Amino acid sequence: MEPVHIIQGTAVPLDRSDVDTDQIIPSDWLKRVERTGFEKGLFSEWKDNKDFILNDEAYSAASILIAGPNFGTGSSREHAVWAIQQAGFKAVISPRFGPIFKNNSTKNGLVPVEVESDVGERLLAEVQKQPNIEFVIDVEKAIVEIAEIDLQFSFPLEQSIRERFLKGLDDIEITLASETSISQFEQTRLAWLPTQIT
Amino acid sequence: MGKTLSQKIWDNHIVQSREGEPDLLYIDLHLIHEVTSPQAFDGIRMSGRSVRRPDLTISTEDHNVPTINIHEPIADETSLKQVETLRTNTKEFGITHYPMGHPNQGIVHVIGPELGLTHPGMTVVCGDSHTSTHGAFGSLAFGIGTSEVEHVLATQTLQQPRQETMAITVNGELPQGSSAKDVVLAVLGAIGTGGGIGAIAEFRGSVIENLTMEGRMTVCNMSIEFGAKAGLIAPDETTFEYLRGRENAPSEEFWEAAVNEWEKLYTDPDAIFDREVTLNGSDILPQITWGTNPGQVIPVNGVIPNPANFDDPAEREAAVRALEYMGLQAGTPISDVPVDTVFIGSCTNSRIEDLRDAAEVIQGRRVAEGIRTLVVPGSGVIKKQAEEEGLDEIFKASGFDWREPGCSMCLAMNPDKLDPRERSASTSNRNFEGRQGRGGRTHLVSPRVAAATAIAGRFSTPEDL
Repeated sequence: MEPVHIIQGTAVPLDRSDVDTDQIIPSDWLKRVERTGFEKGLFSEWKDNKDFILNDEAYSAASILIAGPNFGTGSSREHAVWAIQQAGFKAVISPRFGPIFKNNSTKNGLVPVEVESDVGERLLAEVQKQPNIEFVIDVEKAIVEIAEIDLQFSFPLEQSIRERFLKGLDDIEITLASETSISQFEQTRLAWLPTQIT
Repeated sequence: MGKTLSQKIWDNHIVQSREGEPDLLYIDLHLIHEVTSPQAFDGIRMSGRSVRRPDLTISTEDHNVPTINIHEPIADETSLKQVETLRTNTKEFGITHYPMGHPNQGIVHVIGPELGLTHPGMTVVCGDSHTSTHGAFGSLAFGIGTSEVEHVLATQTLQQPRQETMAITVNGELPQGSSAKDVVLAVLGAIGTGGGIGAIAEFRGSVIENLTMEGRMTVCNMSIEFGAKAGLIAPDETTFEYLRGRENAPSEEFWEAAVNEWEKLYTDPDAIFDREVTLNGSDILPQITWGTNPGQVIPVNGVIPNPANFDDPAEREAAVRALEYMGLQAGTPISDVPVDTVFIGSCTNSRIEDLRDAAEVIQGRRVAEGIRTLVVPGSGVIKKQAEEEGLDEIFKASGFDWREPGCSMCLAMNPDKLDPRERSASTSNRNFEGRQGRGGRTHLVSPRVAAATAIAGRFSTPEDL
């Protein structure tokens, strides 16, 4: 994944709770075997409604998605993260994320910014009023700054994830550096555990 | 201080633990299917890596497969390509694969336990959120994304940060007519779709202990619907009895040693859970979802709630949107609502016991006029067993459509879909907007309620018939 340090840009307010991954990318799109080309699938069923917020020209340059609580619940489809990124978003702000979605985000360099509920509501309201306010998300400090409304807050970001974002590290490469430990562990596995003849 | 069950399994699988880093856990069983694996195999190829343990990996095709005419090529070209890609990938990397039409093929979370692949104390992962199903055996089982599928293929391990622990205790006894599905829907009603985020949930208490393995799988299956990393149940005689003699279970030579190990898998009396939720089993009536997330649930004898009665603004707005999407009015008794389609299937409720439950309700009765019905067994093995028991004849005589195994209408990746505004009673796990087909309206229920609803033509329990 590409390193991520600072995300600077405007945001789009998706004022809904429980935006599950079936909404983010409907299952028809999951039949594809490629890893790119998912941007058109992003919220494709909601996008047919011309009043849907992502169709609003005022937010067309947004690189941050703000949503209500329980964003990305449901299916494990990583296609949801790919679709959001391929549509130009670099971070998602929500009071609570579906756990698999959040994990998938961190593997792809999409920054999940978890906020208190009242902060989440305020951000939605502010961006609904002023589409052009600029957000600065500092991954190293795990801080969001919005100068125009005089707001600064920190968000939880585990040290190990922060490092992977900042350096653009590949998990598999990190793990394979411990290959000896894996081989040693394999020597200790119980004799009756199932294996397939291949 | 003692350890909880999940902590014991976690600790038994630590390959490496370093300060400031997630633990590196060994994965005992990796299940794969056609939807979330193609990009992972591409990644393996592009980086010049290989699959470390094809012998610990099992593959099947389930999401895209049609449930009729399975001996003909898949008509949908993108579905066909995806399934063929899996066949090519598993062949290239030497992974055992059960294709459409093979006796062992079926929904990935149905075939694992059925083949005896899921043992107590194991770690099981799959690129599918309903991997939590396997927790019914006292294993640590969770869904992963495609990047992690690639990670497991390459290393047979995963980097995982420690989770909180959560006890969900269901005491007492269930009322006659309530089932495992009603238990997990009631849990969802109590704690909501975010209630388990950040935790591994252990189901406990007399109601859970009295469930069969099929019932325990139904409960653990939907752990992800309240956001838990995994859901699990301590193994006991019921578990051991289910496993004994299955294809991949420990052989007689190892059986005693295996049971001795499995008997250590329980939460120590002095262990402390980070979160605790307790439900009284006798309060759990047959449940049904009314909205567009599985936490929006009421008893089948209840009325559609009024959004104004929700305190939380996000829940209130979600309720307003859900009623609009579902085409429902607050205050309507749900038993007055007619349905168009009844779907019995999915990794939640497509096992032999589910089919027996439904067959018992419909035997000697006819499906109501104009109702579309699908019974989709979870696997080839279940289909065969049901046919040996004559369940297929009961379904067909009542007017049900008896299909071939797969995920089918649970997520509408195959031709089995709802039309816009079509309403279903479904034994699956998600009532999300469009989940069963664009514009479709899904109500989640148990197999007994689904069967009774097909007969009545509107939401009913068998006792209402």
